[in-house]
Amino acid sequence: MSQLPPGFDLLTDDRDSAVLQLTGDWIQGQTHRDFQVLKDELCCLTAPELVVDGSRLGRWDSILMAFLLQSYNQCQEDNIRFTTRNLPDGVNQLLDVATAVPPHAPSAASSPPWYNALSPARLVNELRHHGREALAFLGELSIALWRLALGRANTRFSDFRQFCYQAGPDAFAIISLTSVLVGMILAYLGAVQLQQFGAEIYVADLVVIGMLREMGALMAAIVMAGRTGAAYAAQLGTMQGNEEIDAISTMGVSPMEFLVVPRLLALVVMMPLLTLYANLLGIIGGGIVAGGMGIAPLMFISEGESALGMHHLIVGLIKSVVFGLLIAVAGCRSGINSGRSSAAVGQAATEAVVTAIVYLIVADAAINIICQQLEI
Amino acid sequence: MSDPHIQIRNLTMAYGSRVIQQDLDFDINRGDIFVIMGGSGCGKSTLLKHMLGLLQPRQGDILYNNESFVNASPKQQDSMRQRWGITYQSGGLFSAMTLAENVNLPLQLYTSYSDADRADIIAYKLALVGLAGYQEYYPSEISGGMRKRAALARAIALEPEILFFDEPSAGLDPISSCLLDDLIEQLHDSTGATVVMVTHELPSIFGIATNSVYLDASSKTMIAYGDPKQLRDHSDQPVVRQFLARESGSLQEEQV
Repeated sequence: MSQLPPGFDLLTDDRDSAVLQLTGDWIQGQTHRDFQVLKDELCCLTAPELVVDGSRLGRWDSILMAFLLQSYNQCQEDNIRFTTRNLPDGVNQLLDVATAVPPHAPSAASSPPWYNALSPARLVNELRHHGREALAFLGELSIALWRLALGRANTRFSDFRQFCYQAGPDAFAIISLTSVLVGMILAYLGAVQLQQFGAEIYVADLVVIGMLREMGALMAAIVMAGRTGAAYAAQLGTMQGNEEIDAISTMGVSPMEFLVVPRLLALVVMMPLLTLYANLLGIIGGGIVAGGMGIAPLMFISEGESALGMHHLIVGLIKSVVFGLLIAVAGCRSGINSGRSSAAVGQAATEAVVTAIVYLIVADAAINIICQQLEI
Repeated sequence: MSDPHIQIRNLTMAYGSRVIQQDLDFDINRGDIFVIMGGSGCGKSTLLKHMLGLLQPRQGDILYNNESFVNASPKQQDSMRQRWGITYQSGGLFSAMTLAENVNLPLQLYTSYSDADRADIIAYKLALVGLAGYQEYYPSEISGGMRKRAALARAIALEPEILFFDEPSAGLDPISSCLLDDLIEQLHDSTGATVVMVTHELPSIFGIATNSVYLDASSKTMIAYGDPKQLRDHSDQPVVRQFLARESGSLQEEQV
C-alpha cells in the first residue's frame, strides 16, 4: 500500500464554520506539516466553529492524535467550537478520553535565577543548616549511646553481631589485597632512596613504622568507607524509602538506638582488628619486596623488631577507632537524612563515601599533629 | 468468534522445588479484558511474570499470536515485548526522570519520530490518562493514583496491542481506582488492545472484565475459567463462588 504524505487544508469559505480537511497517512516516518502553521491560520479565523473532516484521511497513529489534541486546545483558548465529522471511531473515542480532563496549569512560581545558587548568603545558610543537622545527629547519637551505657537502649545484640560479621570477616579478602600491596609500595618507595646510601636494611623500619602508625589504619579505613559506609547509607536510605524508619519511630523505638548504634559499634569494634590484620599483611608485603632486594628474611625480621615500638602500634589503633566512628557517622547520617526516591539513595551513598574520606584525612592530619606536639 | 491472542499451554511454574501452579491451560482472546484472579499467594503475579518473560516456566509454553514466547530467542522476545505495554504494581516509573522523560524513553528507543513530534506525542499520551500539563513533574511530586496513570501513559506510548496490569488499583481509594478502571476500559475500547490484569478487586473484576481465570492456592492449579459474572452465579467450585461473592467460609482456607 503506497503512502500518501499527511497534510491538512483549512477551508474558510463558510461564514459559520471553518473546515479542517485532513489528508493522507498520518503515521510514523512521514513528515507532516507543523502545527505552528495551523496555529497561525487559526489566529486569523473569524468563524465560531472548526469542523475537522476526516473523509480523506488515510492511516493514522499517535502523531495524528497529538496534532488533533493541540488543535483542540488551541480552539479552547480562542473560544472556537471544535467538532469533528467522518473521523474514524477510534480517533473520536481517543480524543474524548484525552480531552476529558482540562490541562493542568503549572503553578506560576518560577524557578529562581541560576545565580542564586552562588549567592554567599545562601551558601552560609546551607552551611548553617548542615552544621545544625550534623550537631543534631551527634546529639541524638550521644543520647543513644548514653542510654546504651545505662542498659536502657533498644539495641539488639543479634544486629550488632551480624554487622560485626559484615564489617569484619567479610572484608578480609579486600583488606588483604590492599594491605599487601600498600606494604610493597612503601618498601619500593623507601628502597629507591635508601639504596643510594647503601642503607637498604632500613626498609624494614620504614615498612613497620609506616604500616603501624599510618598506612594500616588509613588504608583499612578508606576501604571500609567505600565498602561499609556506603552500604550503611544505602541500607538506611532504602529503609527511609520503605517507611521502615517511620515504622520504627512510631513503635516508640529510637532509630538511633535500633539502627545506628549497632552499626556504629560494629565498625568501632572491628576497625582495630582489621587494622592489626592490615599491619601484619603490609609488613609481609614489605618483606617480599625486601627479599627481592637481597635482604634475608631473618634480617628483615630482626631489623623490623627493633623498629617495632608499642607507641606506634597504639597510635595506629587509636586512629582506627576514630576512623571507624567517623565512617559509621558519615554513612548513617547520610542514610537517615536521605530522600525517599531511588536517586536519593544513590546520592546518600555517594555523600557517605565522600564525607567519610574527607573526615578520615582531616582526622588523620589532626591526630598526627597532636602526636607531633606531644612527641609520641 | 474466538481468536486466541495469548495461549497458555500446560504451564507449570515453580520456584526451586516449590511448585506454585501446574497444568495451566487457557486462551486469552483478542480484545478481551482478561482478569487473572485468586487469593493472596496463589501465584497470580508469578503467572504474569512468566507471561512477561521475567521468569522461566518449569514446563509448558506461552504463545502470542500462535508464536511460542518461551522458546523464542532473546532478540525475538524483545521484539514481541515491544508490542506490549506493562504497568507494574508500584508503577515502575523511573524516579529520577520527569513524567515526560519517562514517557519519552520508549519513544526514543523504538520510534523514529523527531524530537518535536515526540514532545507532542508525550503531551497527548499524558492527556489520555488525564495528566495533561504534568510533563515536568517527578513521580515523587504526584499522588499514588496519578503515578499509576503516569505509568499507564508510559505503557501506551508505543500503542501496544497487549496491555498488562499488575494490581492496577492496589493502594488506591475507591474513586481513583474506579476512574482508573474507566480509563482502562476507554483505552481498551478505543484502541482494541487486549488487556491482561492481575487483580482481586471485585469492583474491577465485575466492572470491566470480559473473561477470567481463577488460580487456586491449595490445589495449585486453575479451577475456573470464564466470564466472572457467570462464575459468581454458576461456578461448580464453591471457593470461586465465595471469592466472587465476598463470603468467608471454612472452605477458603489457604495452604501456603
